[in-house]
Amino acid sequence: MKYEVAVAQIKPQKGDTVYNLERIGEIFAQLATDSPETNVLVLPETVLSGYFLEGGVRDVARSAEELFADLLSIYRQNVKRLDAALDICLGFYELFEGKYYNSALYATLTASDDFLAPSIAHVHRKFFLPTYGVFDEKRFVSRGRTIEAFPTRFGRVAILICEDVWHSISATLAALKGAMVVYVLSASPGREFSGRHIGNIAQWNVLLPGVAEEHNVWVVYAGLVGFEGGKGFTGSSQVVDPWGNSLIQASMSDEAIIRATIDMDDVAIARANSPLLADLEATLGDITLQLQQIAQSPHQK
Amino acid sequence: MNRLPIQYAPAFDPNSSENLKINEALMTDWLVAFLQDEIVRRRKMTKAVVGVSGGVDSALVAFLLARALGAENVYGIRMPYRSSSQDSLDHASLVVQATGINIQTIEITGAADGYLNLASDADGRRRGNVMARTRMIILFDQSQKLGCIPVGTGNKTERLFGYFTWHADDSPPVNPLGDLYKTQVWALSRYIGVPSVIVDKPASADLIVGQTDETDFGITYEKADRILYYLLKGFSESRLTEMGFPAAEVKLVKRRLDTTHWKRHLPTVAMLSNTSINDYYLRPVDY
Repeated sequence: MKYEVAVAQIKPQKGDTVYNLERIGEIFAQLATDSPETNVLVLPETVLSGYFLEGGVRDVARSAEELFADLLSIYRQNVKRLDAALDICLGFYELFEGKYYNSALYATLTASDDFLAPSIAHVHRKFFLPTYGVFDEKRFVSRGRTIEAFPTRFGRVAILICEDVWHSISATLAALKGAMVVYVLSASPGREFSGRHIGNIAQWNVLLPGVAEEHNVWVVYAGLVGFEGGKGFTGSSQVVDPWGNSLIQASMSDEAIIRATIDMDDVAIARANSPLLADLEATLGDITLQLQQIAQSPHQK
Repeated sequence: MNRLPIQYAPAFDPNSSENLKINEALMTDWLVAFLQDEIVRRRKMTKAVVGVSGGVDSALVAFLLARALGAENVYGIRMPYRSSSQDSLDHASLVVQATGINIQTIEITGAADGYLNLASDADGRRRGNVMARTRMIILFDQSQKLGCIPVGTGNKTERLFGYFTWHADDSPPVNPLGDLYKTQVWALSRYIGVPSVIVDKPASADLIVGQTDETDFGITYEKADRILYYLLKGFSESRLTEMGFPAAEVKLVKRRLDTTHWKRHLPTVAMLSNTSINDYYLRPVDY
């Protein structure tokens, strides 16, 4: 099975969710005319508001259901072909059961209920909250408790947000739960300018192919662009195949849409040649025992 | 016995500036994008003013602004005091010629002396502060006249040393150089085309005739930057000494760093509530 994915990296207006939703509406309209075969649109972490909000999180946070309703309305305003449908994966600050989260919504938007019922497939709440240096997430949002794979129209996928991927265990959990595609949303501020690439881009260029190659999954990465108070996000959205090859990569600073074809059959082909995930599954019992021992004696003797 | 070759990792060299190297092309693109985003996209402005002193920091900012906004939208202002060196004025002219930015000269002698004539006991430090603050009055007023913002030129080394006049040099709301050590400013300036006579001359605040920054500090920028690099990474004084940095130099740099934290902050406000601004009520600068 094949499907078409688009990643849009944009510069949100800080705290202005209405404007940012309109921008997403413009992307819906553009894809409908320029690339109508697109099946899935991926947008970066906190794309509805910008990332560094501090206490402003409480001003912009909303429920996934409210966001879904707004996205569906805007989609239908901008896409008039009645048999049109688009899956969307995007980051936002969420208010859920009395707590704030840095979350990502995956939903199916349709131009008509008669053609296909629109629906929310999943909300991922960021599992690893960076709280060091320039980051201060634990102060303003709560931590998600699970990493899930979930079914979509195009196969089983998972979502990870930024630091989630910097811990290899996150992608491992996603792959073990059956994800064949991992959507990675980030707002990664650029720092360290000594090498060929900005330091954090160089690290992403190691991490994303690493995830893809270890578990033989597709990795679709959406990076925020634009400056917020002197901190510039490094874009570089990319699509990586299950062998770890980056098929296309956007610029580090400009707004852009990248497009690629995801062939889900490639996952099985890659895994047949490199059965690392199967080897991992076979040893899960021993690994679980070791993890339980570590968790039960936090201080090494 | 069949002896295997043993390969040793190279020893640490405290005289190497390898860790301060930058990718100049990458950084230039980034800083140009920063200026465009902060000035045009966020503030909806098209122009900027910068005080052009004839020194390397303001020269580099003028070059970056010319790239970001177009030279015709950049207003360089020379603000000499009567004791300022002719070299400073001439070097500021070189920057204007090389970049094509607009230039205006507004002498501060009358304004600064208006007060200083009433303060005959003012020593060099006080006189320098008055000059720096007078320049900021002019820079902000000119930005108001032109409908734009002043852009700052303070580099990371002088910020860490507290080598600036509080709420003067550090007051412009946008600064592209504040996270660049002085030696990195030199490297970027050479790359972007700042005339070598400006890059290579001894850095000076030009507040007192013959004054240089490095004489004021008691250490060269090159040595100071290497030590600052490791102090900011979290290395202790004793660790740096073990690594081969001279103890007296480490102590000098650490003392300057530790005694100037206050200069890098807003005024200390007495906290009286649990909605205290910037303690509890937290909103980012661009919110």
